[in-house]
Amino acid sequence: MGLAVGVLILLLCVVGNLALGVSDIPLAEVYRAFVAYDGSTEHLIIRTIRLPRSLIATFVGAALAVAGAIMQGLTRNPVASPGILGVTAGASLAVVITTFLLNAESLGFYVWFAFIGAAITAIGVYFLGSLGPGGLTPINLTIAGAALTEFLSSITSGILIVSQQTLDQVRFWLAGSLAGRDLDLFWQVLPYFILGLLLALGLGRQLTMLSLGEDVAKGLGQRTIFVKITAAVSVVLLAGASVAIAGPIIFIGLIIPHITRALIGVDYRWLLPYAAIFGAIFLLLADLAARLLFQPQEIPVGLVMPLIGAPFFIHLVRSQVKR
Amino acid sequence: MKSPWLVIRSQKVPFSFRVDRRVPTVLIILAMVTLVAMIISVSYGEYYVPPLATIQSILGLDSGNSDYAFIIRTLRLPRTLVAFCVGIGLAIAGTITQGITHNPLASPGIIGVNSGAALAAVTLLIVFPSVSSAWLPVVAFLGGLSVAILIYLFAWKGGSSPVRLILVGIGLNFIAGSLTSFMITFGNINNVSQAMVWLIGSVYRRSWEQLLMLLPWLVIFGLLALVMARELNALSLGDEVARGLGNRIERQRGILLITSIALASASVATAGSIGFVGLMSPHISRKLVGATQEGQLPTAAMIGGMLVVLADLAGRMLFAPTELPCGLITSAIGAPFFIYLLIRKR
Repeated sequence: MGLAVGVLILLLCVVGNLALGVSDIPLAEVYRAFVAYDGSTEHLIIRTIRLPRSLIATFVGAALAVAGAIMQGLTRNPVASPGILGVTAGASLAVVITTFLLNAESLGFYVWFAFIGAAITAIGVYFLGSLGPGGLTPINLTIAGAALTEFLSSITSGILIVSQQTLDQVRFWLAGSLAGRDLDLFWQVLPYFILGLLLALGLGRQLTMLSLGEDVAKGLGQRTIFVKITAAVSVVLLAGASVAIAGPIIFIGLIIPHITRALIGVDYRWLLPYAAIFGAIFLLLADLAARLLFQPQEIPVGLVMPLIGAPFFIHLVRSQVKR
Repeated sequence: MKSPWLVIRSQKVPFSFRVDRRVPTVLIILAMVTLVAMIISVSYGEYYVPPLATIQSILGLDSGNSDYAFIIRTLRLPRTLVAFCVGIGLAIAGTITQGITHNPLASPGIIGVNSGAALAAVTLLIVFPSVSSAWLPVVAFLGGLSVAILIYLFAWKGGSSPVRLILVGIGLNFIAGSLTSFMITFGNINNVSQAMVWLIGSVYRRSWEQLLMLLPWLVIFGLLALVMARELNALSLGDEVARGLGNRIERQRGILLITSIALASASVATAGSIGFVGLMSPHISRKLVGATQEGQLPTAAMIGGMLVVLADLAGRMLFAPTELPCGLITSAIGAPFFIYLLIRKR
């Protein structure tokens, strides 16, 4: 029931994102752009600019929220986010190095380097974390992630300080934005989103057990290693694909799981789908705000999200966290 | 057998200080290493000054070359001293934060000092580039302080709670960070480049004025930290133990938190967010002199000062004539150091 309402709101947001913008397009025209495409400017805007953008916002929002919820469950740490695995730092460094060395400045190019950078870093964090005492415990993972993130970020900063040209070329990407992405790019990353989401949703029950503690989960007969690895693969796919296409935005992955938990509870079978919907709605709204607030200048959505979401988050913390 | 403790107790003032016997030796060795590093740091540069002439110039003696005195005393000495002092401030702040939160990963960044100072400094550098850079430390200090206070106020609800403090801190850090990125994304590229150097932490062109602004904070709150060391010992054992030992924990934690915020804000305001010094120094000093705070605090302070002086020297030597900010060096060394800590505990 609640999920149906959520999906309905999500659809409304998508339609809103299609219709509203620097030039508002009536709903009837939006409808005709899909069923009776005539090549007019309005139809062109909708099909080549706003549709890809809305689809990307939906999937990136859902993916980051789900990845964040999984990370917080796995590490039992409220501060955990996909960023803890180093994906954002890895993707940023890969893009900055690419730009610095090859002087490349195309989004299609960025996508693959960002994805590879994110994946390699996440694997590195897992490897280093598993070397600590007691194997792959939450605290080991967190320490390894924080250290590697800091290390990679310092190299990124070093390059940006030495080369002003690179800084100028990548600073918009580094803020996190959905502008200028086309459908081609979306089709390229879609398989990763779908695979990651399916893995995550299939793990709901297991994650609920695991979030009660490793011993409890083992006592209930869970093969925790298997669950952890599957969850990690899912997070890398979801966060990697998101960062690859939208730049390093981690706010959704940190905040939406908290909000969802406060509203829905801690059962991951429900938490994950709701987080996906909330994440998608939030990113769609934030992107709308990013396009409309300072017309015609567009602001990267990665900068708008915290300004909208953080006050709400703080309010939630004040009312929910008793001690 | 000799007692492993060294007790300093005065008959007149109600004050006693008990430290590990290793502390004086360790402190003297660290001080000597730092002194040598500082002298090398001051004599090294585009215009090389021989070490002997460097020492003569520092002491105000005639070194036989009038250029030397100017280069050493006006340009290079304040920079190195600022590096030393900033390291001390960050290290003490880090030791206190780790002690009161019982969290080996805690740093003053959690309570917003860095993001607030960064926002204020970047605003000044990018939005008001014409304002004299003499205002930079003042503005950054106020920025760090106000965000820290805001976090504390928002997290206060009939008492302070560590969990609420951390979560509210995340929220406000995100807002400050987003506004900072906003200016980095849209600002004039030359100003943005300057801001990036500030953000990673650097002591480039720091002068006597900045050193004099930093010193009072360092002296007052550094001494306060030493005086509170015994209370910090109790608090670091956990709230229950501390209360059982007769400590008024809310008040003491409050004073220690303010000390840590003041030291971190003053340091970050002077040299930007130099990473990992506040995190590394307490760990190293614990290895050297054990876990009691009376010994750990001064040792950590000395290590912090040494680290930043060395990092600044390395940053200038590595890719000369290109100069790397010292914050870059500390982060690049600090991260592997942390991984090493993680693996070695196995």
